[in-house]
Order: sequence, then C-alpha cells, then structure tokens
Amino acid sequence: MSLLKIESISAGYGDAPAVSGVSFSVEPGQLVALVGANGAGKSTLLRVIAGAHKIWGGSVSFHDQDITATQDFERARQGISLVPEGRRLFASLTVKENLNMGAAARRPGLWNLDSVVEALPMIKPLLSRNASRLSGGQQQAVAIGRALMSNPELLLLDEVSLGLAPIIVDEIYESLSTVRKSGLGVVLVEQDLSRTIKVADYIVCMLEGHNVLEGAAAKLSRESITAAYFGHSIESFDDATKKGGATK
Amino acid sequence: MNIVNALIQGVLLGGLFAISALGLSLAFGVLKVVNLAHGQIMTLGAYFSVMTLTSLGMDVWLSILIVVPAMFAIGYVVQRTMLQRALRMGELAPLMITFGFSVIIPNVLISVFTNNKLQIPIGDLAVASIQVSDSISIGVMPLLTLAIAVILIVLLQLFLARTRPGRNMRAAADDPQTLSLMGVNYRNVYAMAMGLAFALAALAGVFFGIRQGGVTPFDGQLTVLFAFEAVIIGGLGSPWGTLAGGIVLGLAQTVAGLFGPELPLLVGNLVFLLVLVLRPTGIVKSKVAS
Repeated sequence: MSLLKIESISAGYGDAPAVSGVSFSVEPGQLVALVGANGAGKSTLLRVIAGAHKIWGGSVSFHDQDITATQDFERARQGISLVPEGRRLFASLTVKENLNMGAAARRPGLWNLDSVVEALPMIKPLLSRNASRLSGGQQQAVAIGRALMSNPELLLLDEVSLGLAPIIVDEIYESLSTVRKSGLGVVLVEQDLSRTIKVADYIVCMLEGHNVLEGAAAKLSRESITAAYFGHSIESFDDATKKGGATK
Repeated sequence: MNIVNALIQGVLLGGLFAISALGLSLAFGVLKVVNLAHGQIMTLGAYFSVMTLTSLGMDVWLSILIVVPAMFAIGYVVQRTMLQRALRMGELAPLMITFGFSVIIPNVLISVFTNNKLQIPIGDLAVASIQVSDSISIGVMPLLTLAIAVILIVLLQLFLARTRPGRNMRAAADDPQTLSLMGVNYRNVYAMAMGLAFALAALAGVFFGIRQGGVTPFDGQLTVLFAFEAVIIGGLGSPWGTLAGGIVLGLAQTVAGLFGPELPLLVGNLVFLLVLVLRPTGIVKSKVAS
C-alpha cells in the first residue's frame, strides 16, 4: 500500500499548463526528490498534493483513499504537511506560536514542541522571537518544525535550501535526517542536485511540467539526471537510461 | 475649568467611539474587509435591543445578552454565505456588498419602525453623575462606557493572544492560505472574526442609542463616520489604537465645542484628515495585522 499515489496529474495557471500527466508514488519512510530547473512544475505539483492548488486532471490518493477532491485543510488533518516555498511563516506570531499553529491539525504522534526543538536545535533560543525577525535559515527551520508539529505521515518540502548559506543548509539537512528516522514519507523539491542525490531514495526529474526521468536514486547516474534536468536530446536520454534510469 | 471639563468629556466620549470602532478594526485587521455597513449594523443592533425591550419587557442589559450573540450569528452567516464568496472576486466585491447593506438596512428599518426615534431606557443611570467640582461633573453612563471600552479591548487582546481561535485569527490575518495548510479552515476563522465584529458593532449601537437618547434608522450614517475616523486615527487593526483614536477624536470634538456648537464635527474631521496625511498608518502600530 502506497502512502501517496498521484496519477496523471495536470495543473496550471490560467490557461498555461505547469504540470502535465505526472505520476509517481511514495512509500512510507521513503524520500522522493523532485528535481528540475525553474519552471519545471515541481512547486505546483507539491501544492497540488497538499490541496493548495487546483487540479486540472488526474488523481491523488493517500493511503489508497482518493483525496483528489479533498480540501487543503482536510488533507493536513489527514497527515499531509507542506513546507511551502518562501517558508510563509505567520509574521505577526512568535516562533512558538508559529510552531503551535502547526499542531492545529491535532494529530497524535511523537512530534511536539519539545521533540521539534530537539530535532531542530537552532529553534530553541528563538521561541519568543517574532517570526518576522528571523534569518532565512531560522525561518526555514521554523517552517519545517511547524510542519512536523502536525505529526504528518507525508512531509512535502519545497526548496528548503533556496537562498540559504551552505552551512545553514547542512544544518537543516542534518536535522532532516533526524526527522526521517521517525518513518514519515517525504517529497522533496530541491535544485541542489548533489545534495538531492545523497539524501533521496527515489528521484523524479521534471522538465516543463513533464516527468522525464525517474528511478531509484542509487540506480540513476548523475549524468542521466543532469541530462534530464537540462532537457538534453533524446539520444542523451537513451544513453542515460542505459546507465540505470527510466526515461518517460 | 471649561477646558478641563471638555478634556474629561472628550476622553469619555472617546470610550464610545472606541467601542464603535473595535468591530470595524477587527474586520479590517483579520479579513482586510472595509465594512461600509458598520454603522448600519450598529443601528440594527440598537433596534434589536429595542425590540427585546418592548416585546420581552426585559431591561437593556439583559437585552444585550440576547442581541450580541444574535448579531454574532448573523455576522458569521453573512461572512460564510456572502462575503466569503465576494472575497474570491477581489477587494471591490466585499466593499460593494457592505455598501449594499448600508443602503438596505436603514430602508428596511424605516419601513418597519418608521423614522421616529425609539428610546433605549436605562432609568436613573441616564442622568446619574459624579460631581467633581462646581463646573465639572462626570456622567456615570459615559464613565461606564469608557470602562467597558477598556475591558473589551483587554478581553479582545487576551482573546487574540492567548486563545486558539484568537491565534487562528492573527494567523489568518497574516496568511489565510498557509493557515489552511495547518489544518484550519480559514473560512471559519474569517466567519468567526466577522461574527465578533458584528457583535461588537451591535454592542456599540446600543451604547450609542443610550447616549443619543434613542435610535433612528439613519443613525448609522454618522456613527460609521466616527468609527472610521477612530480606526484610521488609531491605526487599522489595532485594538488599543481604536481607544487612542477614539479619545483623540473625542477630545477634538469636545474642545472644538467650546468655541461653537457647529465646530465639533468639522474639527473632528480635520483631525482625522491631519492624521491621515501625517501618519497614515495611525498613531498605534497594529497587533492584529502587521
């Protein structure tokens, strides 16, 4: 039984498609990385999974239940949590209040204020600080902590390293490895290929809204991913596939 | 001593303006909706109070216990059924809907109750006062109104800061879409905020009716102006700002009244314009919506 299964997802803005016919699934405890250049449709796809973006076609199933028509707040209550691009903390709330907002879904589980602070230690001295007075890295840690507070079964992470100093990104990824030990499924959108290849179990490479390459991270070569990422020629894809990937 | 008396009366009048402005400030702070019908909703609350007084024979304070929850329910339903849909169409649509209410409410009231002033009797309290000196006396009802304004603001602040629905409202003011991703239906939060705004407006309407010796269908046209001015002077979305704004407006009106009976409204409006030009964000920073 898949934790998440999306089939032939299409979505867009106005009349312009952003995602076209993308399918993949996530197993419990698995980290699936969506990679692709800017405008590939990765963030839109994450928002579709979270229910925050209107779907044009296809279906989304969670624990084999069709949730395509389920609203975003109901999906959060069912265990899908999105760390949105740009973090989108509640600026007028303190860090502690932001974290507690994550618990609004009232799902039982091991994540609470103490365990989140333990997993993301950089948050601890910031609890009483207003969220508008945080650095980018601090905001990202709080955004991840807030998502964990809902005790999700599926964590959707959008561009966690965007705009952050490498040392902060290292710290956040180290925290993520701690988080993953709790067994939750993760869908990660990331532009940093090296880091993605290191942490992902499964990679889906998107190009202009389409899924152009996917496979187990251990079996995909860096060259094949790079070729798909930049939309190289079919021949290049063929070469890449021979090295272990499955082109679409 | 006239000026001292005017200052005291101005502060007390500010309490009434603050109660009037609280609901307006909350609706704008959380929903970013400018409720053009706020004054008419105040009037409606006063009429509901009169109806309970006359039909059930209860006193005004008991009638408030019925009117305020009833207006909360009406605000909740109006938000969920009309304003929420309008919000999806942009900023202009909710403005037009509330403008529609501001036209419909007084016309319905006049057709049902006529244009005669209806009393909201409070007995001896209406004339009770504390004599401070020969030239200064403080009305008990205005003093009570100011005290209630302060209590309401403290309660509202505690509600926003310490309770889950209050935090939800502050979060919805910041980012309703992200609030939904936390598992909270922001539409319900919006509806609660609008319900609270209606309830506060109704309470303010009753106090205004008491101060003015009764209520008429078109009172809302003037009270909405005072409420807007208090909110703008104090700072949009700030509960304490509404008190500060109300007091500034009250002081402007009572001090101007020393120089001529026609001046209070004019000077109040000029102070409002002055604040709008010199400090458009108001004199107190918002706590509800940054």
